[in-house]
Amino acid sequence: MASALMRVCTGNGAVCRSVLNTLQKRSFAEAAVKPSQMCFTFASPSEVFYEGSENVKQVDVPTGTGTIGILANHVPTLGVLKPGVLTVLEAEGTVNKYFVSSGSFSVNEDASVQITAEEAVPVDYLDRDLARSNLAKAQAELASATTDEAKMEAQISISCNEAMINA
Amino acid sequence: MLKVTTRVILYSPQCCQVRHSSGKLKELAIRLKAVRNIQKITKTMKMISAAKFAQASKAIVPARAYGVGALSMYDKTEIAPNEKKQQLFIAVSSDRGLCGALHSNIGRALKSEFEQVPEGIETKVITVGEKAKAFLSSTAVGRSIIMECKELGRVPPTFNDAAAIADQMLGCGYDYQEGRVFYNWFKSAMSQIIKQQPVYSTEVVSQSASMSVYDSLDDDVIKSYQEFQLANTLYYTMKENYTSEQGARMVSMDGATKNAGDMIDRMALLYNRTRQAVITTELTEIISGMTAL
Repeated sequence: MASALMRVCTGNGAVCRSVLNTLQKRSFAEAAVKPSQMCFTFASPSEVFYEGSENVKQVDVPTGTGTIGILANHVPTLGVLKPGVLTVLEAEGTVNKYFVSSGSFSVNEDASVQITAEEAVPVDYLDRDLARSNLAKAQAELASATTDEAKMEAQISISCNEAMINA
Repeated sequence: MLKVTTRVILYSPQCCQVRHSSGKLKELAIRLKAVRNIQKITKTMKMISAAKFAQASKAIVPARAYGVGALSMYDKTEIAPNEKKQQLFIAVSSDRGLCGALHSNIGRALKSEFEQVPEGIETKVITVGEKAKAFLSSTAVGRSIIMECKELGRVPPTFNDAAAIADQMLGCGYDYQEGRVFYNWFKSAMSQIIKQQPVYSTEVVSQSASMSVYDSLDDDVIKSYQEFQLANTLYYTMKENYTSEQGARMVSMDGATKNAGDMIDRMALLYNRTRQAVITTELTEIISGMTAL
């Protein structure tokens, strides 16, 4: 059982599914079966939202190259997040929406999905008014910025605040 | 006449002894007070680090889920540089000492790895925290230190700290193929395990064969992903190390407080005995003086 637990912890989707379904009867044949669920991990440095959860049907992720929807058995990919709303559709139909500022995601061959966000909060926690005032501040900063670096920082702040207002 | 000489002989060593005893007594009292003060300090430090440790061990739970999640990509793929010419060692420690051999162990582990590096591979070292730097700069590794980070360990490390270090690392101009981060993995307050976390350069990752299974990758995506992963790695290792440090400091300060307590007990006994001896001597003197009159 100890080894079974360890395998679950490694987030190996194929193995952890077979371990959970048939706790004692683990075999290669079963482990080789393509998993129909994903092993979903979603965390920020200060909070864990999902850890190795198999109760997730679909995740919509705002990435640097456009929003992608991840279902179980998604083709392996990885990349970075951009500010936006990450939607998690659970198996029972519950929809959880989170705002993510930035971070990285990886979808691996074994159907495990890891999303690590620098900052992530449920969308309800956002203060739109504050985001609006921050947006105005960032726009003023962009107008007065002289160096490329300051301009870039202001632009990042603008895109982040805009995403928060639209969330 | 005989009586007098006897008295003089008896008296003179007594006189010396009295002076000696009271000097010793004062010395003892000073030492006792010093040890008591030290005990107060270590006790306070223990309480502070116990509070910090309680916080840190709560914070390590999400941080570990985050870090392990972020770094699991490396477990699932096989990334190895084709040829390794330059490598980078990163020692994660802090500015604060008094936590047992935690920081020197990191330094030692790095040093022994450094000595085993085969010839032809250039190895550079980055130290995070003053303690690792202090240890390593006194060894042969010292000449290879290219960057040092200070002001760590007073407050829990944040992602911004890690991002700042990662930023500096990427901008320092040293092209490495493979790197290793040495840190103390937090097992419990009593035991910390030195672990190594590999990091790779963008080129190595994009050229590795096992990356071909990943879809829709271009160099830009891998580059940003790798930069983020470097910050993640640093954040996770710093967090583990911080928690280990607080745990180790709590334990070592607890030990120090206990040791000081033992010392105080022994010294208090000796002090009281000496004090009594001095009183007895003085009494004897007075009484014998009285009888002589």
